[in-house]
Amino acid sequence: MPDAAPVLELKGLRKSFGALKATDDVSLDVRPGEIHALIGPNGAGKSTLIHQVAGSLTPDGGEVRFNGADISGLTVAQRVRRGLGRTFQVSSVAPEFSALRNVMLSVQSTQGSSFRFFRPVMRDRSLVDAAMDKLALVDLAERANVVAAELSHGERRQLEMAMALALRPKLLLLDEPMAGMGPEGSKNLTGFLDELRNEVPILLVEHDMEAVFSLADRISVLVYGSVIASGSVDDIRANKDVREAYLGGED
Amino acid sequence: MSRETVINWVLGLGLLAVPFIALMQGEPFYITLATRVAILALAGVGLNLALGLGGMVSFGHAAFFGIGGYAAGILATHAFNQEPLLAWPLTVSGSSDMLVIWLVAIAICALVALVIGAITLRTSGVYFIMITLAFAQMIYYFAISWPAYGGEDGLSIYVRNGFPGLNTLDPIQFFLICYAVLMACLFISARLRDSRFGAALQVARQNPDRLAATGIAPFNIRLVAFVISAAMTGLAGALFADLNRFVSPSMLSWHVSGEIMIFVILGGVGRLFGPLAGAALFIVMEFYLGGITEHWQLFLGIILLCVVLFVRGGILGIMAGRRVHA
Ligand SMILES: Nc1ncnc2c1ncn2[C@@H]1O[C@H](COP(=O)(O)OP(=O)(O)OP(=O)(O)O)[C@@H](O)[C@H]1O
Ligand SMILES: [Mg+2]
Repeated sequence: MPDAAPVLELKGLRKSFGALKATDDVSLDVRPGEIHALIGPNGAGKSTLIHQVAGSLTPDGGEVRFNGADISGLTVAQRVRRGLGRTFQVSSVAPEFSALRNVMLSVQSTQGSSFRFFRPVMRDRSLVDAAMDKLALVDLAERANVVAAELSHGERRQLEMAMALALRPKLLLLDEPMAGMGPEGSKNLTGFLDELRNEVPILLVEHDMEAVFSLADRISVLVYGSVIASGSVDDIRANKDVREAYLGGED
Repeated sequence: MSRETVINWVLGLGLLAVPFIALMQGEPFYITLATRVAILALAGVGLNLALGLGGMVSFGHAAFFGIGGYAAGILATHAFNQEPLLAWPLTVSGSSDMLVIWLVAIAICALVALVIGAITLRTSGVYFIMITLAFAQMIYYFAISWPAYGGEDGLSIYVRNGFPGLNTLDPIQFFLICYAVLMACLFISARLRDSRFGAALQVARQNPDRLAATGIAPFNIRLVAFVISAAMTGLAGALFADLNRFVSPSMLSWHVSGEIMIFVILGGVGRLFGPLAGAALFIVMEFYLGGITEHWQLFLGIILLCVVLFVRGGILGIMAGRRVHA
């Protein structure tokens, strides 16, 4: 559906760390129903870009538009409440809380104010049930009561996904969700994301080329902070610059 | 019942028993000691909200303890002298009613904490510690140099403030007031901890980026927690002034901030009854070791060091084991 209005639109985004141009005039968009993959070698600036979309880094210039509105001035939390969900490259969870309580926090956030001081959350079915549903969705229901710090690496990634989904996002930013998942985990997640795109469009940063090629509707290639190519899977496979800069060099 | 719950009951009932045993043994002094424990524990319960649940290492809670104390002292003095506190634009008179004094202490501490928190919570780590200390020191020096209420010499409360239906001059009755306030604040803390707000607050400590990525701004959550925390410590200050019938700038000094923090750390950071265990151990050591040697704080220091280095959960950690998270 190429004509649908983009959910996310980046226009001329720039960010430097000292002399290093980590984001160099990046423009791209994500449209409804699609998975837009962002690939590129280590240090290309993929995570830096995700951070700027999420609001955890402030760009030096350019614009981030989400559902038609400029969100450049919003904080991380405000963007999330607008519908920007994300997972981190290094899993970010509340380590002392159980998996269930982690997801309950997301549910709580969608239900409005967290300035409610008296009712115990664990006795609140509307929180517990919704959170259990999301855990079941990512196959983590059996581990609901395990403290997040004691989950395996892959399970923590699943947990993060459940937390992101519990926010009922309008766009998902996923930073290397396959990393460390193992072949089985990657395969499951690929199938999962394939379904998910119908509910929520995804900006996917990923090194796993097999997953990227099977999932992406479009791919943009980032090298030294700038997009050197953008197009369909076939376009990118055929692109000479990409092969040289990236695909050829990698395993 | 978990082991921690059992220990909490033992601590709570143990403190309640002390004054009655003291009375039977004809040793009324111990009633005062138990009252001190209750009040100081309350100050710690306040700090524990900020420090234990929210991870805000405030080294300035003496400010709130002292402000609470001065609220009691100033209101009582005006009531005693029958001088209005404010003559214009409206007449505000002093009060010797504890309930009024508590409300004033809570309100002023909340307001001051709102201002201090709004500034200090933009920093973190060592900066937060130092800036909260700096604010408390400012208030300390202000109290010293402000002659109206005794300056450096402090302010005496000639008659302990009253409580409707009770005789506050009776040590047991005053103890029971302090004990009830402590238990009420512990109850509130427990509810806060288990509530939505408490969940957000604990994640603000564990991983603020995660909290933000969930759509909840850590700053707002922390600020509200800081205000509630200050109000509780301020309430303790008001009671402390009434216990001693005296308030002076020493209540505002950084030693007090340190001591309140010691109660929390000794007892077990983030443990509901930790501040009670910590304050009790502190007072017992001060009383018994302090009677033997002036240098009793050396022993306190050693114990504190051991707790910090070897048992992160403090006294409650030793007795109840690792914290269980639902
Ligand atoms: N906060 C920072 N300060 C200074 N330099 C930074 C900062 N964050 C990232 N960089 C640098 O910016 C460049 C881009 O980093 P980024 O993490 O965005 O790369 P990436 O494409 O996500 O790499 P990877 O595939 O390894 O995750 C790197 O050279 C990195 O060292
Ligand atoms: Mg990265």
